[in-house]
Amino acid sequence: MSTHTAGLTASQLTARYALQLGDDALVYAQRLGEWISRAPQIEEDMALGNIGLDLLGQARVLLSHAGSLDGTGRTEDDLAYFRDERGFRNVHLVEQERSDFGFEMARLLWFSAYQAELYAALVASADEVVQGVALKAVKEVDYHRDHATQWVLRLGDGTAESHERMQDALTRVAPYVAELFDDDPVSVAAAEAGVGARPKSLWDNAFAYVSRVVSQATLVLPEQPTWRSRGGRDGIHSRPMGYLLAEMQHIARSHPGATW
Amino acid sequence: MSTVLPATTTDLAAPEAGVTLDLPASRALDTLVGRAIADVPDPEVPVVTIEDLGILREVTVDEAEHLVQVVITPTYSGCPAMDAIRVRIEHVAAREGYTASVTTRLAPAWTTDWMSEEGRAKLAEFGIAPPGQRAAAAGPVGVGLSVRQVACPRCGSSATEEVSHFGSTACKALRRCTACGEPFDEFKAI
Repeated sequence: MSTHTAGLTASQLTARYALQLGDDALVYAQRLGEWISRAPQIEEDMALGNIGLDLLGQARVLLSHAGSLDGTGRTEDDLAYFRDERGFRNVHLVEQERSDFGFEMARLLWFSAYQAELYAALVASADEVVQGVALKAVKEVDYHRDHATQWVLRLGDGTAESHERMQDALTRVAPYVAELFDDDPVSVAAAEAGVGARPKSLWDNAFAYVSRVVSQATLVLPEQPTWRSRGGRDGIHSRPMGYLLAEMQHIARSHPGATW
Repeated sequence: MSTVLPATTTDLAAPEAGVTLDLPASRALDTLVGRAIADVPDPEVPVVTIEDLGILREVTVDEAEHLVQVVITPTYSGCPAMDAIRVRIEHVAAREGYTASVTTRLAPAWTTDWMSEEGRAKLAEFGIAPPGQRAAAAGPVGVGLSVRQVACPRCGSSATEEVSHFGSTACKALRRCTACGEPFDEFKAI
């Protein structure tokens, strides 16, 4: 499927836009859910599970909206469980494998800093559903961002070991950050239609936020990595994505038509 | 003849930030089926009803067709209790001889300011610290989550500290009272 936007109706464009926002939220919800029973404390099992639940809630509304607007009549479940890897439009950051807790906090810090700016902008969306999701999510994401902030501060400004591992985590997340802020054709067209926001326009505030937290945590932002991820918005994914989908989709695909 | 009773009017416009919004008494809520729906308990915190929480936004009763239309709004995007609440509404409506159609509305977004005074009192009695007023985050200093003053619902002391940002459900955080030593849930103000 090509990602150029010429010839799309307004509804189809909004559907594409809702789909990629929904895919980011869905795939990250899946990764966060993996932490339940594996986090360093039971409170973190609940925290990461709850953050994932908020994202899943965003994804359900956005995917339902995409399915109703794109003319295919697909439901949220059709889109989540019966699309193949190439049909997913999420960025690579959210599909990366679960690693240590520092990596998760570095990823959550960047992702929630991005989403906080995104939803703050989408509160003015001309599309009622996108706007409704944003009005709700903007407060939740603020809380996610605060959670990541508290942990990055604690780990960065903690022991020598936690400092070193948090610094290492920032380095490992760095190659996946730029993709969040790339101006992809769908977002640009959606922004021009008053429905979406240009990812580039979100960078300054998100970067300022993360930089402030990182420096308060006595850490440094890594230099621009030589390799960076691309292609998620075109449906080109990295190795972990297939495994993620296999786990997420296999029950639904083993029992097609089953409902609960 | 069909008598459509007026719904509550709270969803006509987005409420101003910080304004406490009480679900106004509506004639729909005076009917047996309307009252039964308003009294549906929250599945996680059964001492409060969906009316107390401000989740119930609109009830329209069609006496002729025995239909009731209900609009609810989630506390959090992914609140898993919404499905249980929807089923419960359909159940109590059926018990009164009505067919309920339940829709979920996201905007305006739910805020803890919509919780009734009665709901707050019931929460405190149940051992959950009710949410503070969102608008009360006063002063030029950003108030961090860990420095808010939250009174212990058991002993009343304000010497409490946050244990975790997140509690057993999306809408709660976990705190501990340093005076009486008891841990307790806090309903997060959003």
